[in-house]
Amino acid sequence: MAQGVWTIAEQRDGEIRKISYELVSEGRRLADALGQELTVVLLGSNIKDKAAEFGPYGANKVLVADDSRLEPYTTDAYVSVISQLVKANEPGILLLGASVEGKDLAGRLAARLDVAMAQDCTAFAIEDGKLVAIRPIYAGKAYAKVTFENSWPQMATARPKVMAINEPDPSKSAEVMDAAFTLDDADLKTKVLDVIKDASGKVDLTEADKIVSGGRGMKGPENYNVLEALADVIGASVGASRSAVDAGWRPHSDQVGQTGKVVSPNLYVACGISGAIQHLAGMSTSKVIVAINKDGDAPIFQKADYGVVGDLFDVVPALTEEVKKYV
Amino acid sequence: MNIIVCLKQVPDTETQIKIGSDRQSIVTDDVKWVMNPYDEFGVEEALRLKEKHGGEVTVVGLGPKRVTESIRTALAMGADKGILISDEALNGSDSLGHAKALAAAVKGLEYDLIFTGQRGVDDDLGIVGATLAELLNIPQVSLIVKMEVAEDGKSIKVERPIEGETLVITSTLPALVTAQKGLNEPRYASLPGIMKAKKKPLEEKSLAGLGLNSADFGAGARKLKILELTPPPSRQAGKIIEGETPQEKAAQLAKLLHEEAKVL
Repeated sequence: MAQGVWTIAEQRDGEIRKISYELVSEGRRLADALGQELTVVLLGSNIKDKAAEFGPYGANKVLVADDSRLEPYTTDAYVSVISQLVKANEPGILLLGASVEGKDLAGRLAARLDVAMAQDCTAFAIEDGKLVAIRPIYAGKAYAKVTFENSWPQMATARPKVMAINEPDPSKSAEVMDAAFTLDDADLKTKVLDVIKDASGKVDLTEADKIVSGGRGMKGPENYNVLEALADVIGASVGASRSAVDAGWRPHSDQVGQTGKVVSPNLYVACGISGAIQHLAGMSTSKVIVAINKDGDAPIFQKADYGVVGDLFDVVPALTEEVKKYV
Repeated sequence: MNIIVCLKQVPDTETQIKIGSDRQSIVTDDVKWVMNPYDEFGVEEALRLKEKHGGEVTVVGLGPKRVTESIRTALAMGADKGILISDEALNGSDSLGHAKALAAAVKGLEYDLIFTGQRGVDDDLGIVGATLAELLNIPQVSLIVKMEVAEDGKSIKVERPIEGETLVITSTLPALVTAQKGLNEPRYASLPGIMKAKKKPLEEKSLAGLGLNSADFGAGARKLKILELTPPPSRQAGKIIEGETPQEKAAQLAKLLHEEAKVL
């Protein structure tokens, strides 16, 4: 009988990524609801000393797969190792993060295990001993409550920055175990040749705690320095709507929206953005939304927690000064 | 190079989504159906590779008869052949079901590359590409914004942006690529292209015609079960900040963000 909650940790260059703690925290809540154990699966090279990080957040066990072929992430290597561990241990629930590589891994892993997978979920619960997941569809215009039928382990990915991270308890520790697996080089058909770091060095929008975003109301690329000034003071990343990206004012990697990035920061400040449904799809799970727009009828005001009807070129510089009192 | 492109239709992104009374599906009466935007990038990339390396592009569409329109669009853009997988028994299938049907259609064909969109903008799942690759036992590279084929035609080099960096990845061929926005700008079908498309081969296949058992498909065979569709969670009504001047409003906003929202 499949049982136990497993989460797959995400690490890069030997550092554990934040989403891993979101998954462990949520995994702990689900394991408690089931009265079962929580195991974290950690893959990488020379990674074993990081296993100790998960106990304080609620993990009972950490299964470590350490191999030079597991750094960096490749679909083939990770799917091979994790599917072997799953088949040997039969967990009831398997959670991953809906990061770029998390989604890549989850899709292929689910196919390898011939199970269903709920992608980019914003909430989980246990009902009658089974996992139930809530996830946005149609770019968030509707939400689906889903569950799993004849499909073990029950697999899902969690949207980054949505699940609350537990207060770590340093008195708690997890049992660290070496995972047993085999990796055949002939199975590894893809290889990472190179890593090109983003020039700005700024936090990626999908991981930013705060975002200041500009749309058509910015009127041109040269005006984004107004947003960057605010972003610098409050420690935010700068995003853009599709209009601004299509106009060539900002790179596609800055686009927030249905065909851009889905972000979930604590604070999202939308400047000169009307609030088209496709844009909302990218930021509706933000904790606090501020809208600054000249047009009081702009749809964004219906989604905003705080709205300022005014010219962003007056309001944003004034706001930049005012927030200095608090940061 | 023989290339296969998989596509489906989705509601146009402007569509108002209304949940049906069964709370299991959406109301489709007023929906405008279009080729899934991410699939368009796949069609375009396939055509560019054909223009550069020669070969043939086959488009495989899955869904109701109306999907024929999108296959014709791809043919008008320059693809050579189309296949429509259409069957009542497919209705209500999940991603696993769709991938199994696609795999059956693709298995007998010659291909070096398969393109799918990185996800469908209806279910936002992004699973069919990976599942299809698994069923065909070929590697996948997903969310790709740039690609080139090696001189010897035996491998590809692609770029995938992840958080904070871009990875350059190689894969052996045959492989499946899921297309991300930024890969290319899809062309519009020209009038001569549209006329030529009418004569290009487009065959229709049922599940039985693919050697598949209908009982393995449809709502009854789903492993991902929809319990209920609901409207998006409503946010508590927000407030419009009062003030005589922009400075006053900014001051009030900053204060609320600090004291009330506690995000500063």
